[in-house]
Amino acid sequence: MVYGIGLAKGMGVTLKTLLRPAFTVQYPDRRVGVMGAAKAAGISTPGLIFKRPIKAFRAVIGLERVAVRPTQSTRFRGNEFTWYEERCTGCASCAKYCPLGIIKIVTSPGGINVQEGESYAIDTFDIDIGRCMFCALCVEACPYDALHMGSSFERGNYVRMDLVLTKADLNAQAKHPSTWFRPQMEARDFSPFDDVIDDMKQAGRHEMPSVERLTERWVEDRKTDQAEDD
Amino acid sequence: MNGFGNVSGARGLTALSGSESPPSPGSEPGTVDMMVNMGPQHPATHGVFRMELRVDGERVLDLVPHIGYLHRGSEKLCEHELYSQIITLFDRLDYVSNFNNELVLVTAVEKLMSVEPPPRAELIRIIMCEFNRIASHLLFYGTFAIDMGAMTPVLYNFRDREKVQALFESVSGARMMHNYFRVGGVKQDVDADFAARALTLCDDLERGVDDSDRLLSENAIFIERTSGIGVISGEAALDWGLSGPVLRASGVPYDVRVEEPYSRYAELDFGVPVGSAGDCWDRFYVRILEARESIGIIRQAIALMEPGETMARVRQIARPPAGEVYAHCENPRGDLGVYIVSDGGERPYRLKVRPPSFCNLQALRDLTVGHYIADAVVILGTLDIVLGEVDR
Repeated sequence: MVYGIGLAKGMGVTLKTLLRPAFTVQYPDRRVGVMGAAKAAGISTPGLIFKRPIKAFRAVIGLERVAVRPTQSTRFRGNEFTWYEERCTGCASCAKYCPLGIIKIVTSPGGINVQEGESYAIDTFDIDIGRCMFCALCVEACPYDALHMGSSFERGNYVRMDLVLTKADLNAQAKHPSTWFRPQMEARDFSPFDDVIDDMKQAGRHEMPSVERLTERWVEDRKTDQAEDD
Repeated sequence: MNGFGNVSGARGLTALSGSESPPSPGSEPGTVDMMVNMGPQHPATHGVFRMELRVDGERVLDLVPHIGYLHRGSEKLCEHELYSQIITLFDRLDYVSNFNNELVLVTAVEKLMSVEPPPRAELIRIIMCEFNRIASHLLFYGTFAIDMGAMTPVLYNFRDREKVQALFESVSGARMMHNYFRVGGVKQDVDADFAARALTLCDDLERGVDDSDRLLSENAIFIERTSGIGVISGEAALDWGLSGPVLRASGVPYDVRVEEPYSRYAELDFGVPVGSAGDCWDRFYVRILEARESIGIIRQAIALMEPGETMARVRQIARPPAGEVYAHCENPRGDLGVYIVSDGGERPYRLKVRPPSFCNLQALRDLTVGHYIADAVVILGTLDIVLGEVDR
């Protein structure tokens, strides 16, 4: 064994990496120089120096920062849920399918649903995301495309109770649904990071299912399942 | 070292009475055997694992492993969950190769239900599993180098692993706990640009594995630290029930993908790298070669991919018939098996996991005794245990 050749090879890798552009992403913001600050402000570099000298000076001494958004996939299962009350019938499929049982639903008769007509009104719809593991089984269980995963991840809190998403929270927050298990959104190239879906009709199937589809779903499938079970 | 005999046990050092009596004042300084607790918070134990070492100076005389610090009762939990919910629990067994864990569960349930997943779904599964194998091995090269005091490789390997995880995110929506495989296929088809991205990633990973190879394999210090350390023969390895790269480094060409091909591995052409000496260097280098084979498998699988269905026609809530089934798959760490007893319900009556890390850990005492304390860290590193799987 010759000492040194192996070491030199390793150093070669290090040298090669030194010359490559950095792979690390600075988050949530990164330092910029004068040119970077001008680009972020949307003006030319001389324009920045003459019109906003203080900003240019800050950039020179390394105080100027620009926000960085990490690259995420549209399927990213984020931690705020997107929920459309008009689509929800209160069937609690999500609550039953949740491995942790963290979805609480209370209903009373008298609601109207887009797909089923006369339905239940949702009195309570709580998701305790402090215990959620974001497996997205609830999203798969939802037969009416009412519940979607979110797309954000910054939800640090000082109080655990604030991690319980109530019906009011879900209705109030901006709706950036993830495209996970929502092929209809992927088909039209929806990106939750740029767009909002406020209209519940855009979020999923919105017309009444046909009689054939309902028959297939509730009668034929069950027959096959029964046959399989026997 | 007389003084060590008086240090209290609470600090992790205990003098043992018996083997040699402490020397009387004024005479030649003698030695006493010492008990050293390594872990559960020791960074080199790769998790919450405790080794009780009896040492004579730097030499390890005896080693007692203590496990169970991460016990979550996964197997018992599985008895109360639907089969589709169990997949989320399997993600958390070996938390650096999640796809491989999911695969073994869905394979077992499919075997029990006699369900055949569509060919496209099987290829997506294979691609994901092989990427995960490479990601897991990349993590191994890095942490193994850290165990020996080399900081550089782990940074490079995390860089490459990050690219793999970005691909995982675009496929399954999560970077680690994917919950993507289902009984009868995969949950959602991959993007249209998946094949192109995967092939680019293959080139990147090839370079990444080559980087690790160049950084470590021929490094004189690395060779001094690993060759001839923790040697186990092929027969002994089989007797201990070792599997995976640890077994193959001892020259036994046993790979579940070849011996009992599952999924569509029988159609793919790949080699099974084996070592000869069965020491730490071989266990490291087998994993380098294995990662390269995995890249070859991915390229073949992408070439075979055709558009089509990704889910067989099965109920969302699987209900296998009464009976029992055992299925095992080749994990990055070895032969992961799952045994399911079904009473015909929606939940398993009993579920048992055969974790490769746990079985490989058995040999730790035999491998370590006689070596130095610093080598104990290296040997544990080459076994590449994940405590989530050891303790379940």
